[in-house]
Amino acid sequence: MSKVQLEVHYLTRVEGHGNIVIDAADGELKRCELQVVETPRFFEAMLRGRPYTEASHITSRICGICSVGHATTSLQATEAALGVIPSEQTQLLRKLNFLGEVLDSHILHIYMLVAPDFVGTGSVFPLAKSHPHVVLRALRMKKLAGDLCAVIGGRHTHPITMCVGGFTHLPGNRELEEIRARLEAMREDVTATVELFKSLTFPPFERVTEYVALRKPDEYTFIGGTITSTDKFELPVSDYREVTNEYLSPHSTAKHTRHHRDSYMVGALARFNVNYDRLHPRAQEAASALGLKPTCANPYLNSAAQVVEIVHCAEEAIALIDALLKRGIEPEAPKRVEVHAGEGVGACEAPRGTLYHHYRVGDDGRITGANCIIPTGQNLANIEADMRALVPTILNRPQDEISLGLEMLVRAYDPCISCATHMLDVRFE
Amino acid sequence: MSRPKVAFFDFTSCEGCQLTVVDTLQTHPELLDAVEIVQFREAMTEKGEDYQIAFVEGSCARKSDEERLARIRQQAQIVVALGACAHLGGINAIRNRLPLEAVVNCVYNENGDWSETHPYGRPRLSDRLINVEPTAKPIEAIITVDAILPGCPIDREEFARVTRQLLQGSQPRVPDYPLCVECKFKENVCLFQRGQVCLGPVIRAGCGAICPTYGESCEGCRGPISNPNMDSMQSVLAEAGLTADDLLSRFSMFGTYQMMKLE
Repeated sequence: MSKVQLEVHYLTRVEGHGNIVIDAADGELKRCELQVVETPRFFEAMLRGRPYTEASHITSRICGICSVGHATTSLQATEAALGVIPSEQTQLLRKLNFLGEVLDSHILHIYMLVAPDFVGTGSVFPLAKSHPHVVLRALRMKKLAGDLCAVIGGRHTHPITMCVGGFTHLPGNRELEEIRARLEAMREDVTATVELFKSLTFPPFERVTEYVALRKPDEYTFIGGTITSTDKFELPVSDYREVTNEYLSPHSTAKHTRHHRDSYMVGALARFNVNYDRLHPRAQEAASALGLKPTCANPYLNSAAQVVEIVHCAEEAIALIDALLKRGIEPEAPKRVEVHAGEGVGACEAPRGTLYHHYRVGDDGRITGANCIIPTGQNLANIEADMRALVPTILNRPQDEISLGLEMLVRAYDPCISCATHMLDVRFE
Repeated sequence: MSRPKVAFFDFTSCEGCQLTVVDTLQTHPELLDAVEIVQFREAMTEKGEDYQIAFVEGSCARKSDEERLARIRQQAQIVVALGACAHLGGINAIRNRLPLEAVVNCVYNENGDWSETHPYGRPRLSDRLINVEPTAKPIEAIITVDAILPGCPIDREEFARVTRQLLQGSQPRVPDYPLCVECKFKENVCLFQRGQVCLGPVIRAGCGAICPTYGESCEGCRGPISNPNMDSMQSVLAEAGLTADDLLSRFSMFGTYQMMKLE
């Protein structure tokens, strides 16, 4: 076989739909593109002219799986622009909600989207019959994560209660106690999850790149911090554009980014590589059980890093609920906002990586400019670089193996849920 | 009797409604036994083109979407609009007020005040790739829709109920009375009394008034009722010291497409 042409149709949801195109002849790679053909949604344009109070509600609709991530980042940007400092209670509740979403998203990804590859099925549905205890465990864990988000946000997808300066509704102590008890009971499922992924063999591909994540001195951060990279860069979030350097690639409606190398990676593996020392001890134990060490350069192991983060988030959620219950939930109203012109940047570690929102607000409290930089967009150039390195090493393999290898690679990045499945309609010539 | 074949499709959207479907199937596994899912890109690789019921999430924003919708309509006996983007146009239609060129430039930066640092100059993205229509539309603007599941996101219990009704061969009904009815049953304090603009009096119930229950005024994601009492609405606004513009500004978050149609 001297000629390989892959046409990957409907990659989807990297902000949506995309294709992978591979064209190689006689072992030489001519073309290797991750084409993003998603219909642009123009959120930055939509926000212009809208009142600042609506920004988090509108931008949560960017993504159904990380709506808490968008809402939180949006609120941070708005609050930075308007000089609002949320209370400690608000910050704790936002963190807890965030952990719920990371748990939900990671559980969905590793069990429903990644696991079928290892048993050779096209979806999780057949596993319900062949491995019912695994599927039931996944559903149980996912339900708890969703219920945690609903207790704080009022609803799992598109949180209602989160607003500039605080919350419009607060959870009761009993709701938090109930979630805490269920989180404790979930430890067994978390351990079983680590055991399951320990038993899987990930493809051994490695390619060193730059890993970028937010970092804080005292915690494994998901909300805010300093932009930190394994190439020893540290920048405040307000300087995010020095890292992201967004650019248009002619074959993608999602913008690409690059820092000082040609590409960089964000997401669970990047966080693991940058913030290993901040992980909960149990999560560090899980990492050694999974054979994961910083700095890990195998992108397939992003899924393993997600397992490690599941352990971390479950433990951290228990600790946060304890902290909240110890203080007792204060019936506080959202902070008062003095409307004035301003500009602010918010940054969070959404499940798929660093997410930035940057707003300008006018004197009348309406948004005059907005910029949102999505994790998957930041990973696109890195995925292409991985594909360019990977494809020549597997060109002599059977075609379905090449497809699966590429499919699993892109899937490992968890490029927003929907692209992860049915990634590749592969055509060989 | 073989189980009805069901397919899920996504257009321009956040795909949160399909996720809500996945979540609903966790608590209503009986639905999974009653149907055969032949296409659901978010959850499965397999892709069957033989189906009777099509759930469509997302707005129509491209010419190619119209063609795809027509094919779905041709195949399916029943087409259900899943969520506000498909049902109303929703959030996606906010951009309809602006000229397309301005919208594109705002994001892809021909005028470029947000990405001046990028290293490769400013390659122009091909129009073929962007290729959007000036108007994001509800799917009803393109094809006949047999049932709606309103909301952003859809309500889980309503999804389960509507699906059961479809399987039983009856026309699903979603409420066509104002949200205020459900809000009163919840004994919520009226948000107009707190000086907030709430769309409850003119918006379709069925979500259990979830936003007002959690302290946020109704955003209108379920769309207007067919026969709103505008006189009463105006007196409520006047009593609260608010204007019709305040109401319309709120309504435009999900209802821009409907507003522009009436203008």
